[in-house]
Amino acid sequence: MSGGAPHPYVPNTDADRAVILERLGLTSPEDLFADLPEAHRDPAIELPEALTEPELLRHLRQQSAKNRDGGDVPSFLGAGAYRRSVPSIVPYLVSRSEFMTAYTPYQPEISQGTLQSAFEFQSVVCELTGLDVSNTGLYDGASATAEACLLAARVTGRSAVALLEPVHPGILDVVRTYAYGANLRVDVLREAAAVTEGHACLVVQQPDFLGTLVDIEAVAEAAHGAGSLCVVNADPFALGMLRAPGDAGADVVTGEGRDLAGGPQFGGPSLGLFAARSQYLRQMPGRIVGRTTELRGPRGVDGGELPPRTGYVLTLQAREQFIRRERATSNLSTAQALVALAFTIALQALGSRGLREAAELCYQRAHDAARRIEALPGFEVPSRGPWFQEFLVRGPLPAAELHRRLAARGIGGGLDVSMRAEPEARETLLCCVTEATPPEHVDALIAALRDIGGAA
Amino acid sequence: MEIRDSLRYTHEHEWIRLEGDEGVIGISDYAQDELGDVVYVALPALGTRLVAGQRFGEIESVKTVSELFAPATGEVTAVNEAIEEHPELVNESPYDDGWLVRIVLTDPTQLEELLDAEAYGAELPAAG
Amino acid sequence: MTGRASEDFGARLSFDRSEPGRRAVDVPRWDGKRTALPDAHLLRDALRLPELSQPGLVRYYTALSQRNYGVDSGTYPLGSCTMKYNPKVNEAIAALPGFAEAHPLAPAEDVQGTLEVLHMLQRALAEITGMDAVSLAPAAGAQGELAGILMVKRALEERGDLDRRRRVLVPDSAHGTNPATAAMAGFEVTQIPTQGDGSMDDDVLARELDGTVAALMVTVPNTLGLWEHGIEDIARQAHEAGALMYGDGANLNAVLGRVRFGDLGFDVVHLNLHKSFSTPHGGGGPGAGPVCCTADLAPYLPAPVVEAREGAFVLARPERSIGQLQQFHGSTGVLLRAYAYIRALGLEGLRAVSENAVLNANYLWSLVREHYDLPYGGPVLHEVVFSGSRQRREHGVRTYDIAKRLIDYGFHPPTVYFPLIVDEALMIEPTETESRESVEALAAALVAIAEEAAGHPELLHQAPVSAPIGRLDEATAARRPVLRWQPPEA
Repeated sequence: MSGGAPHPYVPNTDADRAVILERLGLTSPEDLFADLPEAHRDPAIELPEALTEPELLRHLRQQSAKNRDGGDVPSFLGAGAYRRSVPSIVPYLVSRSEFMTAYTPYQPEISQGTLQSAFEFQSVVCELTGLDVSNTGLYDGASATAEACLLAARVTGRSAVALLEPVHPGILDVVRTYAYGANLRVDVLREAAAVTEGHACLVVQQPDFLGTLVDIEAVAEAAHGAGSLCVVNADPFALGMLRAPGDAGADVVTGEGRDLAGGPQFGGPSLGLFAARSQYLRQMPGRIVGRTTELRGPRGVDGGELPPRTGYVLTLQAREQFIRRERATSNLSTAQALVALAFTIALQALGSRGLREAAELCYQRAHDAARRIEALPGFEVPSRGPWFQEFLVRGPLPAAELHRRLAARGIGGGLDVSMRAEPEARETLLCCVTEATPPEHVDALIAALRDIGGAA
Repeated sequence: MEIRDSLRYTHEHEWIRLEGDEGVIGISDYAQDELGDVVYVALPALGTRLVAGQRFGEIESVKTVSELFAPATGEVTAVNEAIEEHPELVNESPYDDGWLVRIVLTDPTQLEELLDAEAYGAELPAAG
Repeated sequence: MTGRASEDFGARLSFDRSEPGRRAVDVPRWDGKRTALPDAHLLRDALRLPELSQPGLVRYYTALSQRNYGVDSGTYPLGSCTMKYNPKVNEAIAALPGFAEAHPLAPAEDVQGTLEVLHMLQRALAEITGMDAVSLAPAAGAQGELAGILMVKRALEERGDLDRRRRVLVPDSAHGTNPATAAMAGFEVTQIPTQGDGSMDDDVLARELDGTVAALMVTVPNTLGLWEHGIEDIARQAHEAGALMYGDGANLNAVLGRVRFGDLGFDVVHLNLHKSFSTPHGGGGPGAGPVCCTADLAPYLPAPVVEAREGAFVLARPERSIGQLQQFHGSTGVLLRAYAYIRALGLEGLRAVSENAVLNANYLWSLVREHYDLPYGGPVLHEVVFSGSRQRREHGVRTYDIAKRLIDYGFHPPTVYFPLIVDEALMIEPTETESRESVEALAAALVAIAEEAAGHPELLHQAPVSAPIGRLDEATAARRPVLRWQPPEA
């Protein structure tokens, strides 16, 4: 390999390096590292040998194959990550290198693709949530919810936040992490009426962690009665049929956008949605894109000046860390732009009617599956009011044992939530059926449950 | 670069104009030029008590944000509502239409400690 | 890139191109028994999303992509952002169904392939940084910073030292994320000025390093592209004063395989996998920002970490973890790509990366240095920070204009007006994935622009003329924000 480029990703050959070194008046590239402390330079580092591309692919194909679930195994796990039918144009368009290999759009003249897409994203999020303003996205739904708590603490000057159970334990955990930084107390409430004037906000999940639909208006009234903000962490897909939380009184709506953007990918990359009422615009975390026009119009073919054209820019940047530093609304820099693009294209591919149809299909399939389970002797679906796509299953044997026996039959039987305090969760599995769950997987589940129930 | 003779200035580039027992406050022509296009000004509510030398608001341009410091102590009796819709007034007319707040002065003699036009002009970097 | 001057492409969003009744994807019909929908007060009545055909939507987003510039389009020398080439095999790897379809709550035995890769990545990053323990949980560099500073907070709290240690020291050349992060963790920020050689001011640092300091946050190499002189001594002094050393790994690309944070005395450091380890930035993410630390701080790492137990891999929560940073485990799809990158290069490859990154930056420095001011001298490491102050003073041309003119020459402009301590800064980082001749072409453009600034400054003021759109009115955008589509007034 002597004389060639050191690697396919690194173009300079020995001859190139010789030209550069001569120009620099150096004999060895090592001279450029002379400032590094000699005692610590070039340490022993143990890394595996480099792999060529075919070797690399083989190695990682083998690793991938060690995972049991490639999407073909019946699984009824949801609990914050839901299988969706992602339109095929989504991965196709998102992989265009102009989108994928760009940086944050600091130069708007050659970043209109990213910027205009982000404006589309903001518009879609505002329509779904029923709120006035959206940023271009945060890391994930949980950290977006934590950022909403920080916003609420800033605008109310209060030093505690409240979350309404049942809330996803991952969301609660992330809120606690951020609250530790900001020195905020975190209270977990069993009912909305327990919110007090010490709480900056009341956070509610829609649907809640156990799948039930929440009457946001009632929660918002309780929060506002205490002078607190109402923060709703909503599933954006469910919002295809559910009332927009902003219309029901929510002040900030967050959510997780990963499911419609691509596969679950073991949880990430994800996408945090964040929308708010316009009075909180200057307290928003993250990047925001605005619409504007050219300072001067272009020249036409006859040399005359044409009207200025419409374009998009990062705006309201004085909120952000690179300008306001320690007084910024957040430290956010890199977020999830490409996932936001995928989310936008997926929703726009569905369109108004398609999203409503897909959400209702999800609702119908899930309820049909629940009805069939309820009809099995020994099984029940503890009723907790209206729900969307997730339901509790209680069988004739302990939840952990039921889960084990389903696993033995090659079925992922949802999430065991029997350790929860809610009485309806006693000895239950939280199961999820979506519009993307293959009907034959549901058939397999029903058959397995009948089998297990008969043996119990 | 205009430095208006009739005003008093702070080291941080605010000006104050005495009108009876009230003072009108703004930022200097030099300050607006350094900031560039002003896009937003956060001002105190009516009735807020400003304290000489203390922060009373913020002014944002496209690429920067600066704090506003009170030239004198007093209670806010008016804020310039026009700049909420048209922050560019601060750029276009820093000494007139782009004023920020009006206060009732607690102690008008505080103004004597501020810079006069000549002293303020001497503090600015030589025009280049 | 395309752009017909006469067309106002940006004026028509997908919403404006919508025709009711069109659709880009169909939804299966439900033929089974219908369940009544929930009460009407829980349901929405209207939803305004665009309705486009599939070809219509594909053309719209394809046209949008053509109004963008990426690393695959050409040289993208954004200083401090390390815009290197993104290997395509990594995309194929992340898309393998076993990885892509893994549910985050799947039982560990069902996701051993993913967990083992993550475990190997943790080990590789520990080796590369010389630290003892790693959590891959943070979603991006800034979240890694937050994790690291929260770990500092918890460590000080547990040793009963948090009440008096309220300050974090940050050099004035730092990224804004550093002070913003310290503030998010409830600390006050004290800025340390930069001295003539580009390092932190020794005297100020010695004066400030007292019993009220929680941590010193330092970017190594710093944002001037220079080594922080005596950093190992500074670390010793910080530890003697009872403070912890936080390392910002944003510029790791310069020293990959050559020097390690752990050996220099750092306690905790974050990395940016979308910089040093080639994962695509996607126009603003997703990234990943692993946090690496000493054994002393390992109990505080964010959850989860991957552990090997009895021959199997499991997700674990460190004993006194600061908690989770995301609802699930982190940006696994990004982590897989970074792992593939490290495996493709190996140690010798990583050393070739830093060598060629530094060679290219210095080559550019040598070709351009006479034409622009250089406040902190050279040679440099991975990037060089010029100043356009001469052009401003002599020709009335701003760095902003120089950047816009580079677009006309076919390049993405460098980072401008950062670091804040350099007047009219032009911060240029070619990276190792540019060839000698592409560095020469960039240098030639910068030299030509310096000459234009002297002879034809109007070319710079009017630039860019070859982009899909001209300079935009950012002031009006911020003064009267329009942040979403609205239906045309009836």
